[in-house]
Amino acid sequence: MRPESAHHIQLLTKSSIRDVIGERVSTEAGRHLGLKTGSVRSAKIFTVVTDIPQNQLQQFSVQALQDPLLHDLYIDQLYHEPQFQSYLLISKLPGVTDDEGISAQKTFCDFLNIEFNFSRQFIFTQDIFYIENELSEKQLYLLAADLLGNPLVNHFEYGRFEGQIGYVPEVHLRSKAEVRLMDIFVSDDELLRLSKDYLLALDLKEMKAIQAYFAADKTVKRRAAKSLNKLPTDCEIEVLAQTWSEHCKHKEFDADIHFTNLETGQQKTIHSLFKTYIKRSTEIIRQRYIEAGNNWLLKIFSDNAGVVRIDDENVFIWKVETHNSPSALDPYGGALTGIVGVNRDPLGTGVGGGKLLFNTNVLCFGRPDYAGELLPGQLHPRRIMSGVVKGIEDGGNKSGIPTVNGSIIFDDRFRGKPLVFCGTGAVMPAQINGKPSWEKPIDPGDRIIMAGGRVGKDGIHGATFSSLEIDEHSPRSAVQIGSPITQKNMADFMQQAVGAGLIKCSTDNGAGGLSSSIGELATISGGARVDLEKVPLKYSGLQPWEIFVSESQERMTLVVESEQWAALKEMAHHFEVELSDIGEFTASGDLEVCYEGKTIALIGLDFLHDGVPKKELFAEWKKPQHSEPALPQELDYTEILLRLLSDFNISSREDIIRRYDHEVKGKSIIKPLMGEDGQAAQDAAVMRINFKSMQGIAISNGLKPRFGDINAYHMAAGAFDEAVRSIISVGGRLPDPTDSSNRFWTVNDNFCVPDSVYHPQTNPDGKYKMAQLIMMNEALFDLSTTFNIPMTSGKDSMKNDFVRDGVKISVPPTLLFSMVAKIDDVRKTITAEFKAPDDLIFLLGQTYDELGGSEFYQLFGHLGANVPQVRPQQAMDLYKKIALAQEAGLILSSHDLSDGGLAVALAEAAFGGNLGCIIDLPETDLSLPAQLFSESHSRFVVSIDPQQRGKFEAIMGSAAAYLGKVEDDQRFLIRRRGKTVVETDVPGLKSAWRGKLKL
Amino acid sequence: MYKVKSLVVTGYGINCEEEMAAAYEMCGAEVRTVHLNEIFREQVSIHDFDILNLPGGFSFGDDLGSAKVLGNKFRFKNMAGAQTFLDDLREFLEAGKYIIGVCNGFQALVKMGLLPNIGGQFEQEATLTFNNSGKYEDRWVNMKVRAGNGSPFLNGIDTLESPVRHGEGKLLFRDEKIRQAVLAQNLNVLSYADANGNPTAEYPANPNGAELNCAGLTDPSRRVFGLMPHPEAYLSAYNHPAWAQRRRKNPGLPEAGDGLKIYRNIVEEIRNTTKD
Repeated sequence: MRPESAHHIQLLTKSSIRDVIGERVSTEAGRHLGLKTGSVRSAKIFTVVTDIPQNQLQQFSVQALQDPLLHDLYIDQLYHEPQFQSYLLISKLPGVTDDEGISAQKTFCDFLNIEFNFSRQFIFTQDIFYIENELSEKQLYLLAADLLGNPLVNHFEYGRFEGQIGYVPEVHLRSKAEVRLMDIFVSDDELLRLSKDYLLALDLKEMKAIQAYFAADKTVKRRAAKSLNKLPTDCEIEVLAQTWSEHCKHKEFDADIHFTNLETGQQKTIHSLFKTYIKRSTEIIRQRYIEAGNNWLLKIFSDNAGVVRIDDENVFIWKVETHNSPSALDPYGGALTGIVGVNRDPLGTGVGGGKLLFNTNVLCFGRPDYAGELLPGQLHPRRIMSGVVKGIEDGGNKSGIPTVNGSIIFDDRFRGKPLVFCGTGAVMPAQINGKPSWEKPIDPGDRIIMAGGRVGKDGIHGATFSSLEIDEHSPRSAVQIGSPITQKNMADFMQQAVGAGLIKCSTDNGAGGLSSSIGELATISGGARVDLEKVPLKYSGLQPWEIFVSESQERMTLVVESEQWAALKEMAHHFEVELSDIGEFTASGDLEVCYEGKTIALIGLDFLHDGVPKKELFAEWKKPQHSEPALPQELDYTEILLRLLSDFNISSREDIIRRYDHEVKGKSIIKPLMGEDGQAAQDAAVMRINFKSMQGIAISNGLKPRFGDINAYHMAAGAFDEAVRSIISVGGRLPDPTDSSNRFWTVNDNFCVPDSVYHPQTNPDGKYKMAQLIMMNEALFDLSTTFNIPMTSGKDSMKNDFVRDGVKISVPPTLLFSMVAKIDDVRKTITAEFKAPDDLIFLLGQTYDELGGSEFYQLFGHLGANVPQVRPQQAMDLYKKIALAQEAGLILSSHDLSDGGLAVALAEAAFGGNLGCIIDLPETDLSLPAQLFSESHSRFVVSIDPQQRGKFEAIMGSAAAYLGKVEDDQRFLIRRRGKTVVETDVPGLKSAWRGKLKL
Repeated sequence: MYKVKSLVVTGYGINCEEEMAAAYEMCGAEVRTVHLNEIFREQVSIHDFDILNLPGGFSFGDDLGSAKVLGNKFRFKNMAGAQTFLDDLREFLEAGKYIIGVCNGFQALVKMGLLPNIGGQFEQEATLTFNNSGKYEDRWVNMKVRAGNGSPFLNGIDTLESPVRHGEGKLLFRDEKIRQAVLAQNLNVLSYADANGNPTAEYPANPNGAELNCAGLTDPSRRVFGLMPHPEAYLSAYNHPAWAQRRRKNPGLPEAGDGLKIYRNIVEEIRNTTKD
């Protein structure tokens, strides 16, 4: 229905101006959907739902909305020409973030000099496309749903345009606030149904624990004192479900796992993977640093992000998370929310307000040219990729945080659930008002302040949702779209408010919303009381429990002393950040939630946080049978190299990288693409920390999912080494407990695995998958304790399966290591591309017959058996020698060997400088394919000044094998025993490498 | 020696304030970074400064077109003393002071009519809109400085490299008259150029398809200057994507980035023309 007072202001790109948006729609509709649209004209519609005199509307439109050089303006009479036979109108569904509408409203208030009011949105934006050709309804819907919008967040109108639009996305909810009692004193079957019906994602043991808690006399008495029934309220059950979700409590990583090795008969029980491997490894490492008197590990595993010391003045904070399930449903919103969401982790660590330094992302998709079947509700991999990339673009660019590096892996097993890893690093002063910044002091009586966005239905059940498989009942409210500008304002505000001493500490509102953030902070003071009616809402009609668990974005929870509240509120007003005092911290031992004066939830903090029963899980290991393939005798290695370079997994990411601002803040030193024509891919990002010194950090990541098909341990170890060697390659130094210069390394581990809980029907190989998970953890422990490189934070995502119509698409077990290491002087770092003709090229590290899981075998459709293995001691020795050579300034270029092995690394090193090379492969027993394409770990291609050869070889010894020379003429030649095996030129290789991956 | 006072504004999604302020610090100026709300509340007056800097960023998320909402704020919103910020800017310029806008700041100056401002009335004579490529891009470009342009910001600079980071950088003029006046008065001071320094319309050397290949404008007074590329992202030679290769060939290259020259120029100009 069109409300009486709704006005439509339309800005149509003038016909004299090139309509870039319309052109793009036309091109992409043809390219991706095979639709011939003819010419497309684009326009924006602002729907104003407020009483405003016509002349004022006219003035506002002309003076404040229209760009007279670009737009024709239509008010209420929309543009409408017979030459366009079809149209498509895309609006946002009610309650979906409409930043542009809000910005229009802000400018409306500035125009009229009235105060902006957060409480009601009255300007909404819509996009309309006029299409020359007559398209069927089905084609128009395809265009709407598969290219320009998403039915989960958009409303579409299409057909032949008659000049009218009928839709205003105002939210109308007529439900009355009520608190329901949940009858949990029922049979086991009914308990399980309750869990399913309410999307609680709790199993029977957990439901029974809740039942027992509410049945206990002590609970009944405490609750009666607050006039609460014996039966829990909906709010209480929802709070428990959020807090106990896999997402928040990591129940599988905390479970007792009974492991049987079917090969050896060995049996053991692992009491918590997290404690046994991850936490213990970091504790062992920390002990070594403490004993040597050089501990830079300030905070591990206990806050939103880990904290390490840079120097006496500054600390470094960083966190990497996943946002997989939302990205499967709405790739743009999912990735955007992933980025702005992970920004809030360092922003809400310790006291909070850290300065956000960089973003990083790692993405796993199905192949963009996937031609197989799609299940209902499943988006095409290309669609997921372009949406996710756009989300990361907006999330980083609009927040002014450089996206400094990333990685993309294609494998069709990611076509159901993509993996979207988002990370953010930040710097915070070590001391704030004379106290350590990384601590979180809270005392009873401190106020609970909600800051930032308002609360709506969006994101309700996000925490429990991500702990479930995606199926046809997935709630629409799980989809939400972030607002980078709202968060940018809040981040600016927090930085200033923390500096002014107005904020005692803070945390972010992520999964589980207020229930999780307040529930967790309450453990510090010993209790909290919240008044939900004080929480500002986007629209009325939310149930109290919904307010408490909503995951509406861009919100922080601040802890503020009463005396500071007035000044803080004043400051927030000037930054256009809304603050609300919604309760106080107590020492009652309870989380108490009130609504309009009545207590609607009272849960003991002990039970809330420690009451969740331990899961018992089962794992069985049986070595899978793999064998090495027989390859054709005669292979054209030049052609193979060209095919490898144009494979999705190796090809240039330039088209994507350039969408991301990777240098805002002016601190980037090694960017994702370097060289005179900006086409040299790099191993790790390097950036300065500030403008005062030349010290900096290197940022890398490692993941090797395909190796896990052969062996999960070696997959995990390889991922670890890949992240380490990327940093070594650019000039990082391994950490050393005896080193007193705070040369920190800080790692986020992110596990993304398919459902690994055994079930005879739905997950018959669950025990094997659980055994793989154990092996990945063992590798993490072994590698980190060997290298003295600690995990400081991390995350696990345990249900990466897409299930529909009885079909299950599961991701391969994936473990990402994201690493940051301190760099003493960024000017001494090393980039990957060859620098000058006649420089000498060396291979560092040992090559083995390890083609298992390689890109080379993949070309022939084989997996193989000989998976690359990390030899940690050998790797460390090499890395130390490299450090010596780097310190002496001997290494002029360095590129680590990864996908595609030596041949690909040489080609990539050649691209950046537009220089060629002539290589004579060293004499060895290895096969030619192994020499060229083995993906053995801990190896580098480096180049040096010919005059320094003696010095260089003296340091490196047998770890360096001479390969050949950099050539001026762009020839690319590889010879073995005098015979040419690869012969081509750099432009040819480069065009294969650059031509493949287009958005 | 006169201490040049530089004001960098921020807030509402502006995000290059830190490197902009760093540039002035490196040039020995006194620099203050201030949230625009402080200016609107008149806690800080631009008149206490010699140069006003509008940094790049995504003010209001580029909603309604880049810098449109910010420009509206400057044009319409009453400050504490009832005048608009645009009134303040007029007064500031009348006092012989300087304004530079980069990227989003340039877009704001153009959309408010401060650039090119041939008519002298702060009327919009040009605009910046979507790149012909249809996408946001971060890439380094080379710029050719128009000879004899008289801009104090560009003293002694012939070509300049910097990154562009925008989706709406295509400069269009209102009409032929404006275009001709811009040419006649030498206001198109920066052109996108190929590696040899020749102005070009070829993508990607010209990243957006701007008219006259124009990357930056000045006004007839030469005291307002704006450009799409980000010189403040090139304060150190090590910011350049080819720094490692260039240093291999020529180890003695200076450590300062070429982008710093613009800020050095203007600080020196103010220093030399202001009595202590």
